Amino acid sequence: MSKKEKQTIPALTFSASKSYAPAPESNVHIGIEKEYGLFIDGHFTKNGSAKHFESINPSTGKVLSTFTLAGQEEVNTAVQAASKAYKHWSKLSGLERGLYLFRIARIIQERSRELAIVESMDSGKTIRESRDVDIPLVAAHFFYYAGWADKLDYAFPGKNVHSLGVAAQIIPWNFPLLMAAWKIAPALAAGNTVVIKPAETTPLSIMFLAQIFQEAELPAGVVNILTGDGSTGELLVSHRDIHKVAFTGSTEVGKKIMRKLAGTNIPYTLELGGKGANIIFDDAAPDQAVEGIINAIFFNQGHVCCAGSRLLVQEGIAPTIIQKLRDRMETLIVGDPLDKNTDIGAINSKAQLDKIHEYIKIGQDEGATMYQSTNPMPSSGFYCRPTLFTDVAQSHKITQDEIFGPVLTIQTFRTPDEAIEKANNTPYGLSGGVWTNKGAKIFKVTSQIKAGVLWANTFNKFDPTSPFGGFKESGLGREGGLHGLSAYVKLS
Amino acid sequence: MTDFMNFNIKDCPPIDEVGVLERVARLGKRSVKKDIKVQWLTLAITMMDLTTLEGKDSEGKVIQLCRKAICPDPNHPNYPSVAAVCVYPPFVELAKKQLSGTTIKVASVATAFPSGHAPLQHKIEEVRQCVQDGADEIDMVISRGAFLSSDYARVYDEIAQIKQECGPAHLKVILETGELGSLDQVRIASDLAISAGADFIKTSTGKVQPAATLPVTLVMLESIRDHYYKTGKRIGMKPAGGIRDSKTALHYLVVLAETLGDAWMTPDLFRFGASSLLNDVLMQLVKFDDGGWYQGIDYFTAD
Repeated sequence: MSKKEKQTIPALTFSASKSYAPAPESNVHIGIEKEYGLFIDGHFTKNGSAKHFESINPSTGKVLSTFTLAGQEEVNTAVQAASKAYKHWSKLSGLERGLYLFRIARIIQERSRELAIVESMDSGKTIRESRDVDIPLVAAHFFYYAGWADKLDYAFPGKNVHSLGVAAQIIPWNFPLLMAAWKIAPALAAGNTVVIKPAETTPLSIMFLAQIFQEAELPAGVVNILTGDGSTGELLVSHRDIHKVAFTGSTEVGKKIMRKLAGTNIPYTLELGGKGANIIFDDAAPDQAVEGIINAIFFNQGHVCCAGSRLLVQEGIAPTIIQKLRDRMETLIVGDPLDKNTDIGAINSKAQLDKIHEYIKIGQDEGATMYQSTNPMPSSGFYCRPTLFTDVAQSHKITQDEIFGPVLTIQTFRTPDEAIEKANNTPYGLSGGVWTNKGAKIFKVTSQIKAGVLWANTFNKFDPTSPFGGFKESGLGREGGLHGLSAYVKLS
Repeated sequence: MTDFMNFNIKDCPPIDEVGVLERVARLGKRSVKKDIKVQWLTLAITMMDLTTLEGKDSEGKVIQLCRKAICPDPNHPNYPSVAAVCVYPPFVELAKKQLSGTTIKVASVATAFPSGHAPLQHKIEEVRQCVQDGADEIDMVISRGAFLSSDYARVYDEIAQIKQECGPAHLKVILETGELGSLDQVRIASDLAISAGADFIKTSTGKVQPAATLPVTLVMLESIRDHYYKTGKRIGMKPAGGIRDSKTALHYLVVLAETLGDAWMTPDLFRFGASSLLNDVLMQLVKFDDGGWYQGIDYFTAD
């Protein structure tokens, strides 16, 4: 059929996604305090003389609560509390530490609905994801590492296993509770104590986790929480009495931390940015691949370090895939994160929204063809339309830089080698996806892509038993699984 | 002989079952309530092929079913009629007479329903008789035996010849997906039926378990969508068997609305093959109209 004939076929239209009645999860029963102090030595400090900052709900732009900006004095107190607690905690038997972790995991499950709502309010992510992905995984990580606590000798057979001491941990705003769980659970299981700093824009949900630590009667000082901005994080990793640094965030800050720790004997793990390639071969199941593309780039508004933000499609099927992708995007509901029907929630902050818009402008200025879904957008709050760019090349800035938003670039390729070359042609190496109906091709292609996580015929699947981490500028070390545990122990 | 060249199995894309199940699960979480629920449940009534396909069917049963089809709830005469009444061939003439003066169609199962095991000549005779008796729609079954032994040409020819015999009557092709074994096969059967001239593709006879399921329906809708992308022609879809309550019906409509979109939200292109679904839908609608509580099943007519 010629192109001309094809154009006469009217496009499919999808009005259902505009007509569902609002179905918001109620948040009236969620007790958010007016202000929060720091969580040090088992207690919330008074929000006294220190500097303050506000955390806002990105879906409304309204202030959720006020938080303490921890400075040098607070960092000192927290590290001291963790050092003191370490003496006792590290000597507990693995069985006892495991019991605390199991207890925490169970309370997380019991309070999962509440945690999901808080997480959605604080970060802007949809309740569909916080309820079905984030919180179940948070509990799963605590359960998983709870199981290892009394089996460290089996985790590292033939070795004597020692804890490290005080772990300084800094986590990002895209998965606030999940990142806290990734870091806290293995640290505690191995006998370390923790000082953790949540991101400046998402300090709320971890305060609920602190309440859970209290409820579980976790000994005072084992986990200490410092809210603040980049300066707090810098003070924390500069402290002399820490024994381990774990950071998840931007490559830029990761490099600063490496510089800071160079020459010390403090071990560190860094989980940084990414620009994952999602490769669709022409023998893939097309409709399921389209769903995989949607999941790879629009999951959590694209605020995912392992997002499949570069789509590589085999040339012959590119028109079909793009047509299906556009139609699928028309059914994506952008709106209130607490609404059960919402597919794409709010961008985490004004600053991030501005950054994404800047990249969208760069893409257009670079001459790429843009397509955005036409669905209605909320009138207030920080939202971004799901966006595609076609006619892009490796040399475009939008295919090189991590945008960290719902923006996908689409390139075509002809041979598997070309796909592999393009996939690897990036300073990052965190994730990737391969879609094909042929099992042998999966192994042949994935073994040649330099990325820490590769998915075949699926994307963005996580499990506590599976190590996660990056190559090149995507970071050092692994989290999750036994690899994640080994980052918190010294073997002799 | 018909032109088998319309169909090439190499054009049938593979189906990833895990992906289909995930998609269906996600669509199943859509919340359909308030106005759109009433609107879709009313639409669901107009999409219903009210069906009786039993060995014990009699003239009396068909007469009663036709009455129910015309006026589903005598206490709410404003509720719409169903789309069609679906019966065995001997009852076509009677049903046609009962429904004269209404817009309700008469559908007849045919081609040695439900097994399909009969000589082609007999099947053609059966269809010819149904059309003569006034059937507006023919629900034929494919020869699953031939399909599963990869004799696609035979399945194609049967459909194409039955289609010719139908004349003005619409042809619905029953794939009996419960016997096909995999979603890949469902996709192949869908593409085959569409290329051979089906106006509708239909999941099941209702005589085999599993009958209609959401994953199977999604795969069939995707086949219809690809045909539309290629040709601009809209093929209809009919899940049948096992759809018994409003909530399930709404899930089907969500999958339809988000896969094929607005143009298919009509009885001309989507049908439910069901019998007990109607009263459950009425129960929900009456709850909305009569003050917010559910009536017992005894308040709805069972025909």
